[in-house]
Amino acid sequence: MSKILAFIESRDNKIKNNGFETASTAVKLGAELGAEVEALLIGSSVSSLAAELGAYGIKKVITAENAELEKYSTTAYTKIVADAVKERGADIVLLSATAMGKDISPRLAAKLEAGLIVDCTEIRTEGGNVIATRPVYAGKAYIEMKVNSAVKIFTLRPNVFKPIHADGVIAETEVMNVQLGDSDFAVKVKEVVVSNEKLDVTEANIVVSGGRGLKAPENFHLVEDLAKVLGGAAGASRAIVDAGWRPHSEQVGQTGKTVAPSLYIAVGISGAIQHLAGMSSSKCIVAINKDKDAPIFQIADYGIIGDAVEIMPVLTEEFKKVLSN
Amino acid sequence: MNKKGKLMKIAVCVSQVPDTTTKVKVGSDGKSIDPAGVTYIINPYDEFAVEAALQLKEKNGGETLVVSVGKDSNKEAIKKAYAMGIERGILVKSDAEMDSYTVARNLADVLKDYNPDMVLFGKQSIDYDDSQVGGLVAEMLGIPSVGVVVSLNVDGNKAVCEREIEGGKEVVETSLPAAICCQRGLNNPRYPNLKGIMQAKSKAIEEKQPTYTENKTEVLKMTLPKPKAKGKIVGEDASAAAELVRLLREEAKVI
Repeated sequence: MSKILAFIESRDNKIKNNGFETASTAVKLGAELGAEVEALLIGSSVSSLAAELGAYGIKKVITAENAELEKYSTTAYTKIVADAVKERGADIVLLSATAMGKDISPRLAAKLEAGLIVDCTEIRTEGGNVIATRPVYAGKAYIEMKVNSAVKIFTLRPNVFKPIHADGVIAETEVMNVQLGDSDFAVKVKEVVVSNEKLDVTEANIVVSGGRGLKAPENFHLVEDLAKVLGGAAGASRAIVDAGWRPHSEQVGQTGKTVAPSLYIAVGISGAIQHLAGMSSSKCIVAINKDKDAPIFQIADYGIIGDAVEIMPVLTEEFKKVLSN
Repeated sequence: MNKKGKLMKIAVCVSQVPDTTTKVKVGSDGKSIDPAGVTYIINPYDEFAVEAALQLKEKNGGETLVVSVGKDSNKEAIKKAYAMGIERGILVKSDAEMDSYTVARNLADVLKDYNPDMVLFGKQSIDYDDSQVGGLVAEMLGIPSVGVVVSLNVDGNKAVCEREIEGGKEVVETSLPAAICCQRGLNNPRYPNLKGIMQAKSKAIEEKQPTYTENKTEVLKMTLPKPKAKGKIVGEDASAAAELVRLLREEAKVI
């Protein structure tokens, strides 16, 4: 029988949405396969988080606690996850495809001689096999894959799988014995620098992105103003990142970030194929562009043809009005 | 020179991918893209890795090696690295479909013999967006790795990097040898000059046979995203703003 181990990411002893998404997906997969499900938490003081996972149907939580694990370490965390997979006898491992999950999972795959499918947007079972779907070419195509090794590892794209509440589940915890030496901390995070508490485009439910149609870098605040009103994040096209208006961390597209928010508003972005690849799976797309033939209108659900610089202040006011009702 | 007083050995791993303007069509096998009419380029993130290798060599002294695993056409990526200034290249030649694990095993086998102080990768290839190979190779070599690196400072036998995480950066310290996966922003890859391009054309590329061919994963099929229904043009100019907001609230129900 299969056993699923879900690594639940926490930072500063907090679990974010991606952790609950991973927990819920593990519970759902466990039910389909008739497999036992266990969650793994790693950190300096994570045992208090177990109850939060119970609320998503996790019955058993393994905790690996150690003061030195307060900050993330690629090598130490990977060792613990690998040890947990072996000790618990798990054959399916789920992680979130976050910066941390993407860092741990390939090393884990090599340690366990396991196949890894990253960034899954769908996971289903077929005759006891786990079939995963994932975007390739930044979303221009999708592939269905399966893993043929004994241990199978999957990372889940954040913001895609739904966290599902479960009533009346109390998670039982078991403490894992962690022994770490200096060599396990060959890579160590010295400091985390937060960029102005700004929401990252990959984590936001609403993304407002700006492009050349904003005409000048000083007009980018029009995008940021609307993002703020909507509680979303501001993104940028490659054109204005290349032009030095915005940092690369905000770029949406094939050589930037791939996003799939509920609402994506493209402001003055014509929609080059490499941009579309990064955002076309957004649930609702709005385009504002002066060129009615711009490719962005091909994939937009709603469009306004016109000058973005003139439209944005009015649009932001309209959103404010409606949201305050 | 590093603290042991020997010159740095720097390796870069590169791949060859369809360029970003490619319109993907599914090939006749139903599992991969139709290569007809596709222009292939060195993976853009690998150019940051090549540049980082050259800068390390220029600053610390040392030697550089580029390694690629795949078809004969991957030689173009190696030649691009040559044109930029990398000195030696190895192609592990195979026409077989290889997953990231298999590619990594073949890279690791070459690199074990080379014994580098630093191995550089692009943070992911822009075809399968797998972002696995750097971490896999590092673990196979038993060395640390840092992914999505936007700044890199090597000092003796350690490196301090900044890597992107959600909403910020981590400042990460690692011992050497280490694997570094490079993100845009790390540097500005140099343009090869004419002399470099001419020399790259005639420069030999060592060929090796694959040492491992057993994939861990299998692609069952490739599909294209469903085409979207034609959207609605709400109007022209700012007068359409109020109607747009109403539609988003009442029809799309996203706000």
